[in-house]
Parts: sequence; structure tokens; C-alpha cells
Amino acid sequence: MSTNIIRGKSFTKKLNFNGNGSFYFGIGLITFLIILAVAAPLISHFDPTGQDLLNTLVPPSRQHWLGTDQLGRDVFTRILYGARIDLTIGFAAVLLPFIIGTTLGLISGWFGGWFDSLLMRIVDTTIAFPFYVLAIALVFVVGPGPKAIILAITLVGWVAYCRIIRAAVLVAKELDYVHAAKLSGLPTARILRKHLLPNVISQAIIFSMSDIVLSILAIVSLGYLGLGVPIPTAEWGSMIQEGQAYILQQWWIPTIPGLMVVVTGFGLSLIGDGLVKRLNR
Amino acid sequence: MSEIILSTEDLSKHFIGKSSLLGKIRGKAPLSIPAVDGVTIQIESGSTVGLVGESGCGKSTLGRTLVGLYPATGGSLTLLDRQMGIKRSLQERRLVQMIFQDPFASLNPRMKIRDMLTEILLFHKLVEKERVEERCVELMNLVGLPVNALDSYPRQFSGGQRQRIGIARALALEPKVLIADEAVSALDVSVQASIVNLLLDLKRDLGLTMLFISHNIAIVRQISDRIAVMYLGRIVEEGPTEDVFNNPQHPYTKLLLSSVPKMTPGSKLGEAPTGELPSMQAKYLGCRFMSRCPIAIDACKATDPQLIQVSSAGHLAACINL
Repeated sequence: MSTNIIRGKSFTKKLNFNGNGSFYFGIGLITFLIILAVAAPLISHFDPTGQDLLNTLVPPSRQHWLGTDQLGRDVFTRILYGARIDLTIGFAAVLLPFIIGTTLGLISGWFGGWFDSLLMRIVDTTIAFPFYVLAIALVFVVGPGPKAIILAITLVGWVAYCRIIRAAVLVAKELDYVHAAKLSGLPTARILRKHLLPNVISQAIIFSMSDIVLSILAIVSLGYLGLGVPIPTAEWGSMIQEGQAYILQQWWIPTIPGLMVVVTGFGLSLIGDGLVKRLNR
Repeated sequence: MSEIILSTEDLSKHFIGKSSLLGKIRGKAPLSIPAVDGVTIQIESGSTVGLVGESGCGKSTLGRTLVGLYPATGGSLTLLDRQMGIKRSLQERRLVQMIFQDPFASLNPRMKIRDMLTEILLFHKLVEKERVEERCVELMNLVGLPVNALDSYPRQFSGGQRQRIGIARALALEPKVLIADEAVSALDVSVQASIVNLLLDLKRDLGLTMLFISHNIAIVRQISDRIAVMYLGRIVEEGPTEDVFNNPQHPYTKLLLSSVPKMTPGSKLGEAPTGELPSMQAKYLGCRFMSRCPIAIDACKATDPQLIQVSSAGHLAACINL
């Protein structure tokens, strides 16, 4: 038996850079956006909410790279600070549903029975409920801001993870490696955690990438409706909403924040596609 | 006769379907499939028993009931003089282990071989923490894999190598009884031979007791001391391997053996059992094999034949025409 069949591939080969370039392009893009958001004060010395009423609606120039809005605020600076809000809420609003949905799906798929039936009916009900109606209602109860948005997305978002994981568990729990783990007498909690979870979670991770895009869209939509992060905080959705009046003369004011949403979504989709290739082999 | 390590008495496993609400109202009994229906078998310590039969006859279900993956629905199962209940103790679980059919489904794809072995070794406290590494290496040597295999994932191995890992995992628990459920049928013919040889070596060196479930009669003949023939959830003939092969008693065994291709030129295939295996759902008053039996008589309809001693010692068959 030749040993090199058995020996693990070297690290660089594992990365398989050539075969999966778009994955790394996506990671690069999102990393770039995160760096922009984190380093916002270093990149721009303007205050994102500081008004300059003598210089409103100026076109892009050396000083104001993307011009200023109707209150004289630097659009480029507001884009950077907006990325902070939108990316943070976008990732945070996916983490919670991911954890809740995965845990419930794992338990539901493994044990089945009345718990499974009950949970699946709750899932059906939640899916049938229109998201924005729930979000708007919650914003009125909790008050506008990141908390309400994260709460609303969590309340609805967990069901997708729950279904994905449950379906994967139903398949995996009949596989022989799970039977073997049972035969070795390992406790159920350990079988779930070490033998089942690592094998079913990849679908959920892949879905979470597109889910981040969806939640950023939700934040932007709520911002557009005036129910998101309260003004004057810089946020892409409210920038689009405030800028739409000037779309004919100063098109860059609402267009650039919109483009930022598109670029973020594009980057995350590339990562999602790359993960499909890497995790499903 | 050496001691009996595993024995069953009228063991059965019926799969019960869910009855619908309407069925419950109408008082209809839920669907019940008797996959294993009254099996009595005794396995001597250190021997290998081959279990053969057509697919769908309940061989695998019997194997899985013996290891405890399926709870038995009737009869009793005795391991080392202790009767097994629905719940087995850790020790009792450890003593009966299984080698699975599909080497591609039986190893956790996200676990290195070392982690796989270490987990069960430490969980059962079979070795001290400092000796785990030593034991892992020992197991790799035992199943004929290089030591660096420990740091690889299952996907890096071929089918035959995976099957060796599956065997190592089963041996890690130091079982008394090993149940090999079609352990070689998913492998290439050349690899089958090497796994069979490995099992024979292990049996000799470790004194393992084995139940070898297979539909490959030639391999069973090579590996087994005794052979049991199963038909529709029952054992119809059981005896020393050569006795059963040279002097089959039950009409089903005769047909089964004559359907094996022979290596002599010009030899013709014997008559194979005609038709399909009848449904397991049907209720049988008399002999189960009657519908396909060439020597069936009217009395077969009414009498359920029991295993009785035929010809030589320890050779049993269930047929009223004997």
C-alpha cells in the first residue's frame, strides 16, 4: 500500500485556490467591505451626521468623493458608516436564528414524536405569516432600532434552519455510522453533537450566506419605510429613501447605497456558492 | 461442546406500522411485518456461524436485533448467561459489535480515524489516557493498515481500507461476538478475499465468535464452522458447514445450494427456487416454503414444521417430509 494515498494533502492543496477562485473573490470582497466599515474614521475625516448647509448637494469632487446630500453631509462617509450598521445587523440577525433553528431541528429530527409534530406546525404557521407585517408590528412594540430588526428576523428566520437541519437529520440518522455510534453505547447528546451535527450543518451554513443577504435587504427595506435605524444615523436604506427625491439631478445620492447592497449580496452569494462546492464533497 | 456465548429462544422482530386515525376508528390492526419470526439459534464461543438466505428473508434484521439496534418484539436473547432486556448496559452493548455492509456509509465522514477510535476507547475506559495512542497503533496493525492512516479522514480511503477501519472500530471495543452483516458484499472480488482472510486471521488470533451474514454461499462456506439457512424470518436448516453442503436436508437448502454456479466445466446450473419470496405480511398456518416447494404435500398446509435433528449430530432441519 503506498503511503501517499493515505497521507493528508498539503494545506495549500486543500485550499484548492485555482478550482474555486470565485469563492476567494467573494471572501475578498466582503473582507474589503468590513475593513472599510471598521476603518471608517481613518478613511474619512468627515462626521457622518455633521451638516454643512452651505455645501448641500455638491457633485463629487476631490474633497467630497461622492458629493454631499441635501443637508451637506458627505455621502462617501455616510456609506462607510452605513456599512457598519448594515453589516453588523445583517450578521447578528442571522447568528441567532442559525443557533436556534439548528438546535431545534436537530432535536426534532432525532427524537420525532409529538415534539416534532408540534414544532413542524409552528414552523408552518411562521412560514405562512408575512414577514414585513410582523416586523412592522414589532417595531411599533419595541421601538425602531437594531433590536427590533434583529428580533423580527430571528422570530421568522429560525424556521428555515430548523427545516434544513431536520431534513438532513432524518436522512443521516439512518446511516450506519450513526448506528455504529449507538452500538458503541455513546450517549445521545454526544452522538448528536459529534456524529450528527458536523455532517448535517453544511447545508445550514450555505443557506446562512444567502440569508445574510436577505436580512440586509430587510434592514434596508425597513430603513426605506422609515422603520429601521432612526435618522440621522447613517444607514443604506434610509440614505436611499432620503436621496430618492434627487435621483434625476444628483443620481449618485440614492444609487451608490443601492449599489453597496448589491455588492454585499454579490460577495456573500459567491461565498455561498464556493461553500457548496467545498462542504458537499 | 464448548460454552454457548449467544443464544436466542423463539426470537422475533415484527415491524409495526403506524395505524391511521381512520384505521384506529375502524378498529383495524396496524400493519405488522414479521421480519424475524421465531428464531432459535445457539452460537458457541469461538465459532463462526454463517447465515444465508435470499434478500428479504430477515438475515440483516436478525443481525441488527442481536446487536441491539432493533428491540426484539418477542422471545429471548441470552448473552453470556445473561438475558438481554430492551435496554442493554454499556458493558453488554460493548460485547456484541457489528461490521456493516456499506463501508461508505459506516464511517463518520467528518471524523479522523484517530478521533473515532480514541472516543470509544476513552468512553468505555478500555485503556488509560496515556496508552490510547499505543492502542490505536495496535489496532491499525491488527487490521493491516499503516499507522499514518490514523490521521486521515474516511474519504481518503478505498472501500476495502474503509472496511478494515470499520473492523478496527468494532475490535476497539474488545467484543466477544462480532456480527458481520454482508461485510464483504459491497467490495470488489479481489478485496473480498483479503477481508475474508483478515476476518479468518482475527478469529484465530483473538478467538472471536462471529455471525457471518451473507448471500454469497461460497464465502460463507469458506469462513463458517456452522451454517444456518433462513427463509421468511425462520431458520429452516442448521448444521456443521460441510454437513449442510454435502448433505442438505431441507428442500429450500437443496435448491439454494444447487443455484450456486460450479467451477467444473460443462456443469449446469441446478434448479433455482422459482418465483419471488412470498410476502412477509401473509399469515402462515403451515410451512412457509410450501408455495415454492417441489415436494410439498397436503399436510404441509396444516403443520408448522419445527427444527428437528436429522442425519448426523447437530444437523437440524424444519420439514415434515424428513
